Amino acid sequence: MRYKYLKNVTTLCLSAEKCICCGRCTEVCPHGVFGIHDKKARIKDKDWCMGCGACAINCPVKAIDVDVGVGCAAAVIIGWLTRSEPSCDFQASENAAKK
Amino acid sequence: MSEEKSITPCNKKDKWVTGEIYTPQGSVPVVSTDLHFKDMLGAWKVRWGIGRMNYKINPEIYAIGKPDHTSPVLVSANYKLTFDTLRKELSELNCWVLILDTKGINVWCAAGKGTFGTDELVNRISKTGLADIVSHRTLILPQLGAPGVSAHEVTRRTGFSVVYGPVRACDIKDFLVSGFKATEEMRTVKFTMWDRLVLTPVELVAAVKISLMVFGVLFLINLFAARTFGLADFIIYVGAVVTGTVLTPMLLCFIPGRAFSWKGWLLGLCWTAGFIGFNGWFVPEFLLLAIGYLLILPSLSGFLAMNFTGSSTYTSFSGVIKEMKIAVPLMVLSSAAGIVLVLIKSLWT
Repeated sequence: MRYKYLKNVTTLCLSAEKCICCGRCTEVCPHGVFGIHDKKARIKDKDWCMGCGACAINCPVKAIDVDVGVGCAAAVIIGWLTRSEPSCDFQASENAAKK
Repeated sequence: MSEEKSITPCNKKDKWVTGEIYTPQGSVPVVSTDLHFKDMLGAWKVRWGIGRMNYKINPEIYAIGKPDHTSPVLVSANYKLTFDTLRKELSELNCWVLILDTKGINVWCAAGKGTFGTDELVNRISKTGLADIVSHRTLILPQLGAPGVSAHEVTRRTGFSVVYGPVRACDIKDFLVSGFKATEEMRTVKFTMWDRLVLTPVELVAAVKISLMVFGVLFLINLFAARTFGLADFIIYVGAVVTGTVLTPMLLCFIPGRAFSWKGWLLGLCWTAGFIGFNGWFVPEFLLLAIGYLLILPSLSGFLAMNFTGSSTYTSFSGVIKEMKIAVPLMVLSSAAGIVLVLIKSLWT
């Protein structure tokens, strides 16, 4: 059973020219978004991506770009209320806002 | 001399600490791979939101079995629930467990925040003197730590190479035996009905806390209402809360649609309409109340279900924002209209 969230919302993009086929992205992605084809990483299905950013931070040649953030409505609401970054921790967010 | 020093401060009275082992850097606590009653009680408590933000162990390093300088090093977080989940899978193994200070947050959430991160890992390696405890230069990180850690950066700064292990602790033995090979199945996050169910009590407890305020307000209204809120109103409300916090998460993949607020709204509508029908409120006398509840309660279920996006394993930030921009205004408008209708019915029957 594979879960899919909303269609066409992910910002994931992969530059095939930069890819050196180290395979790290296939190792770290929790949703199996990446595969290797013709000695290049490729995206199997964009809509599986949840924007965790594991691939981008672990790509040694910066071939992957994605907007990273927590997919958490409560965190977004706390961010709105405290006028700071989305955060799962209400207290921390309040303190950050005070600063 | 240095054997006098202990690297990881810990309470030796804790049942999960079974002894200590000596290394060139100092002594390291040896921990049990069995969970005792206290561990299970602790797990149950945090699942219900009791002391959840302060359930942690000291960072630094722990030993499993009788590790030596060739034994593998597993890296994990200092949330005790995480640590317990890991150590109970390590029976009959000899290994080191390097614990990062994630402020008592699990690996995945901490990686998202960056506390399970490159800097913390690099500092922890130097603070524990790991390079003198083991002679190899390989670290096994949980795969879900990857959003916070840049493997090549860690290697550049410490000389340790990073291997990402499986997503679930229960696959670690297979992973070690197979020479650090994780199957595609081990690499993929699951979200079974049980996985979802254990996450619902925290949602329910949070909703109950806010509901107490709602009940307070309704009690005050009852003091001068023409139609007082009674048991039926209580049941229809509680049903909508349970629908949003427990039922929708449980049935997540069986409810049509993709947005969580939509799924919650749909199930909330079924519950509300069903209960109103059962109570015989679809009659002219109760029409205001019926329509009012149909406007309020499915929105409430939808809102609570939307909050479950944070507990889910596959929602993205961009997606949640898109969902909220549409759903939140609709829920607010619908609820406001519904509250007006219900109040009219209550005060001027």
